[in-house]
Amino acid sequence: MLKDLFRKPKYVTVHADTVKKDIPEGLWQKCPTCNEILYSKELEKTLKTCNKCGYHFRMSARERINITVDEGSFLELEADLASANPLGFVDYPDKIAKAQEATHIKDAIVIGEAAIGGNPVVIGVMDANFVMGSMGSVVGEKVTRAIEKAIEKRVPLIIFSASGGARMQEGIVSLMQMAKTCGALAKLNEAGLLYITVLTDPTTGGVTASFASMGDVALAEPGALIGFTGSRVIEQTIKQKLPDGFQTAEFLLNHGFVDMVIPRQQLRSTLEALLELHSTGGTENA
Amino acid sequence: MPNMLLDFEKPLAELETKIDELIKFSKDKGIDLSEEIKTLQAKAETLKRDIYGNLSPWQRITIARHPERPGTVDYIKMLFEGFMEMHGDRHFGDDPAIIGGIAKFYGEPVTVIGHVKGKDTKENIARNFGYAHPEGYRKALRLMEQAEKFGRPVLTFVDTPGAYCGIGAEERGQAWAIAENLTRMSKIHVPVIATVIGEGGSGGALAIAVGDYILMLENAVYAISTPETFASILWKDSSKAQDAAAIMKMTARDLEELQVIDEIIPEPLGGAQKNPQEAARTLGKSLQKALNSLKKLPPEKLLEKRYEKFRSIGQFISG
Repeated sequence: MLKDLFRKPKYVTVHADTVKKDIPEGLWQKCPTCNEILYSKELEKTLKTCNKCGYHFRMSARERINITVDEGSFLELEADLASANPLGFVDYPDKIAKAQEATHIKDAIVIGEAAIGGNPVVIGVMDANFVMGSMGSVVGEKVTRAIEKAIEKRVPLIIFSASGGARMQEGIVSLMQMAKTCGALAKLNEAGLLYITVLTDPTTGGVTASFASMGDVALAEPGALIGFTGSRVIEQTIKQKLPDGFQTAEFLLNHGFVDMVIPRQQLRSTLEALLELHSTGGTENA
Repeated sequence: MPNMLLDFEKPLAELETKIDELIKFSKDKGIDLSEEIKTLQAKAETLKRDIYGNLSPWQRITIARHPERPGTVDYIKMLFEGFMEMHGDRHFGDDPAIIGGIAKFYGEPVTVIGHVKGKDTKENIARNFGYAHPEGYRKALRLMEQAEKFGRPVLTFVDTPGAYCGIGAEERGQAWAIAENLTRMSKIHVPVIATVIGEGGSGGALAIAVGDYILMLENAVYAISTPETFASILWKDSSKAQDAAAIMKMTARDLEELQVIDEIIPEPLGGAQKNPQEAARTLGKSLQKALNSLKKLPPEKLLEKRYEKFRSIGQFISG
């Protein structure tokens, strides 16, 4: 029939054979600095560092705890503490819910009691995967409670920082967490207890400008970005390019703001040695 | 004194000019226009209350940044006697963005510290627009510790867009300087009173504002960052600053509700720049009252309360 000529032909959708080679996700990763292809199993063995150039991949809080404390010693504290919405910021509860789902933690820090080489400690580990590891009420409160727990138990405090700075969505309330955590650290100092700060990639903004920089001993991981203002903002402000290596762990070592830059493989033994040195001795009249 | 006008004040200024013209006209020509003038004056009063009684956060920011708004140096002149400025952090240099020294406040020696912006371009450059470097915060801390040694109360005045971001500031440890102040200030065992007089921006403001009592001028703002930075970080667009200002809760009333500040100091209608003397008088009275009550507290009680003040800030859900 003539009118059939004008009829739209019907197509049948044929699904292509789903015999796509099944590559399990995350089998390998590419090193962002030297482009080396690294197999995930190998990466685990090297504690997530590149075996070619030494690049340190970022770690989640859980991964960090696993490679740092004695097996089975970790007792998590305040795991359920979650963010409210002090400014009534649209989208914020949603953003938090998504981050919680993706990371399986309630906010950007995990704290708890643990042992390292048999030495009891209170440990806090920030997680940059959770809203850039930013500090709002929950991070401020958990850091403060970790400090208070260390004072109560009279044990050293170790905090691994990884943060883009203050949680903008909590506004001034975030800013005040800086004063809160530093006030608690002043009490820890009075109690004569050791605080080791470990600066990991990235540590910037309000976290650097509060508890992260106040350690008796400051360690940093190689290549970690550490500073106050992000480099993009500085470049916009001063309208010039920043020198290579600016705001790296090594830059801070040169400028006198960290005690040691320690590769991840030696971090645990370094912490153990420091804890050991602070566990005995000390005289009243020293 | 002729004030530089802000945009939202212009309708009022136009009306006032019209009234002045009408008065002059009626006088020159000998025509009685008193009824018309009275009506317009009443209208101007209503407009004034309307404009200044319903200021948006952004309008307050423009008042807080008004070039003629009294700053730390003006309050030092109006509220203190015999101010002697002290310079330098004893490590690197002297930061002109923070001024500090000793003066008498109602006859009693006190240490005064505050951010300083410029009144004109030349002074703004010299003062780095009130953006302090690490040496500024270290000078402030040195003077606070000195105040503690001699049992002098510390009065600080906050007026900064934020801590400076630049190569030198990073090299000399901007973050470390701020953190050190926050930590040490929680233990300074003399009364510390902070007043936000203009802009209170980020850690650069907080670094001299860990106090026992926090006052804030009616049109001052205090926030995690400037609205420009806020918009740039969250929306990658600093031109959305006005939208940011609307949601940041940075006005004195917002901060009182959030229990970040203790008292709002009323300003003359239209802002402190309209009548600096009156603004200073009102502030002076509140400062004196706060100081007198803090001086009655024994040091350990003072520090306990100061700690609790900041310890209790934060909103979260447990479980």
